[in-house]
Amino acid sequence: MPGIKLRVVLALSGFALACAAHTQEAVAPKKAAVQTKKAASAPKEAITAEFEKFREMMEDASPAELFEAKGEDLWKAKRGPKNASLEQCDLGLGPGVLKGAYVRMPRYFADADQVMDAERRIVHCMVTLQGYKVEDLAKQPFSNQSRTPDPVSLVTYVAGQSRGMKIAVPQKHPKEREAYDVGREIFNFRAGPWDFSCASCHGESGKRIRTQDLPNLTSKEETIRAFQGWPGYRMTGGLMHTLQWRMNDCFRQQRFPEPGYASETIADLLTYMGVNANGHLYKGPGIKR
Amino acid sequence: MADPMRIRAASKDGVVNVKVLMSHEMETGQRKDAAGKVIPAHFIQSVSATWQGKVVLSAQWGPAVSKNPFIEFNFKGGKAGEKIGITWTDNKGDKRTDEAIIN
Amino acid sequence: MNRIRRDMIKAGGGASLLALLAAAGFVRPGTAAAAQWNKAAFEVKTVAEVFKALGAGTPANSADILMKAPDIAENGAVVPIAIESRIPATESIAVLIERNPNPLAASFDIPAGTETMITTRVKMGETSNVYALVKANGKYFVAKKEIKVTLGGCGG
Repeated sequence: MPGIKLRVVLALSGFALACAAHTQEAVAPKKAAVQTKKAASAPKEAITAEFEKFREMMEDASPAELFEAKGEDLWKAKRGPKNASLEQCDLGLGPGVLKGAYVRMPRYFADADQVMDAERRIVHCMVTLQGYKVEDLAKQPFSNQSRTPDPVSLVTYVAGQSRGMKIAVPQKHPKEREAYDVGREIFNFRAGPWDFSCASCHGESGKRIRTQDLPNLTSKEETIRAFQGWPGYRMTGGLMHTLQWRMNDCFRQQRFPEPGYASETIADLLTYMGVNANGHLYKGPGIKR
Repeated sequence: MADPMRIRAASKDGVVNVKVLMSHEMETGQRKDAAGKVIPAHFIQSVSATWQGKVVLSAQWGPAVSKNPFIEFNFKGGKAGEKIGITWTDNKGDKRTDEAIIN
Repeated sequence: MNRIRRDMIKAGGGASLLALLAAAGFVRPGTAAAAQWNKAAFEVKTVAEVFKALGAGTPANSADILMKAPDIAENGAVVPIAIESRIPATESIAVLIERNPNPLAASFDIPAGTETMITTRVKMGETSNVYALVKANGKYFVAKKEIKVTLGGCGG
């Protein structure tokens, strides 16, 4: 299939050619940081149980709710150069239908002739319905201490509307299947100065980095962990983050070049991981470390 | 103007359970920015919860209360349909009051 | 208005402004603003100094103060702590974090009719003892729990 091959090559050529990662850290690379479960099982499992208790206490009234509420206000308000609300935005189930939309993305949208994940789609609606410019939204797309970008709150609101629903990322349209295949290629592609792929950390069960258990995203039972909890309120810094941020940060940690914000590359990766999580229950925006 | 609080108040057997999430930086005044300058302290100093004109909880806080603070408490007597009001005041003199209806 | 201005000028360093405003009907007595923020207690650097600043003397240990908190906090930025006092006539509950730069994190005044139980989230700079200080019937009692604080990893 020449179409896919070309797309994969284009997506990954950036990785192979890049000499400098988009964010250099002063610390020396920690290649041996991943440890297997056997190394320290009993104390580690007790720690995991404690962390689960901790997260439960936090998720009872998660600060993510503040961003969900903010997102709702933003969704309904008339804003942008066109002074329009987002209430006519079609997230795949019809204009303005929010319930169940988040767990059915990424998906193909005919009006854009593209597969889009939730954030990419919401940005699309902000552009077409409200008159915002993609370049402006892409300038500082991630939360920091001074501000939470509007798309982040909007994605959190939309995600909350799928709380308690089964993940059902579609694979009906040929472009959706293509996105899955490209996503899988990207997931397994080793590059960067450490020769990492997503699979290096997420291709095997029982791995851990410091105190975070790494989900094996190739295992049916664990795939939910790529979907669940995103968008997530990150306790470190008290910032709200979406999967766009998480993918960007993974690329940074692998010393890859920076992926484009709301790009096709990310949509493909999210399609691969989303489809793999199909059938699992999405509990809504969560808490992250 | 700070973002609104999220208040959930549910009454059961004559006791109202109240959960409040507030939107506030709760900056300690100990951190420095990228340029090395101290980020000034900015945190909620006092909180009060009112029901039927009566204070059902009041608190004084320091900056060690977490960013986007959360509190939970229970008080007796409130009934569904009645209002509970939460007010916070911070060290800059900013203030916010939000109300919720008891479920 | 004139009467208040005259009173304010007369009062000088005496009666507090808030008391005057309260008397004039501008601030309802018992509102949060009425209590001055206890700067002294919040700015001292040791648990003993906090006890002193609050007039708690040497509080007695009490098994009737229950603390529910994780043994290990995944992130010291948001440590959830629930404190319940079963001591009769409990009036207030305060949270102290021993190894924070300023141990006093929060103090809750609990009027009659409100359960003597509070849940909140606090910042812990490092593994530390957390104290729950209860004032009941004018006397002070304390319980403590050690909470370990970890560094997070790369993901999540």
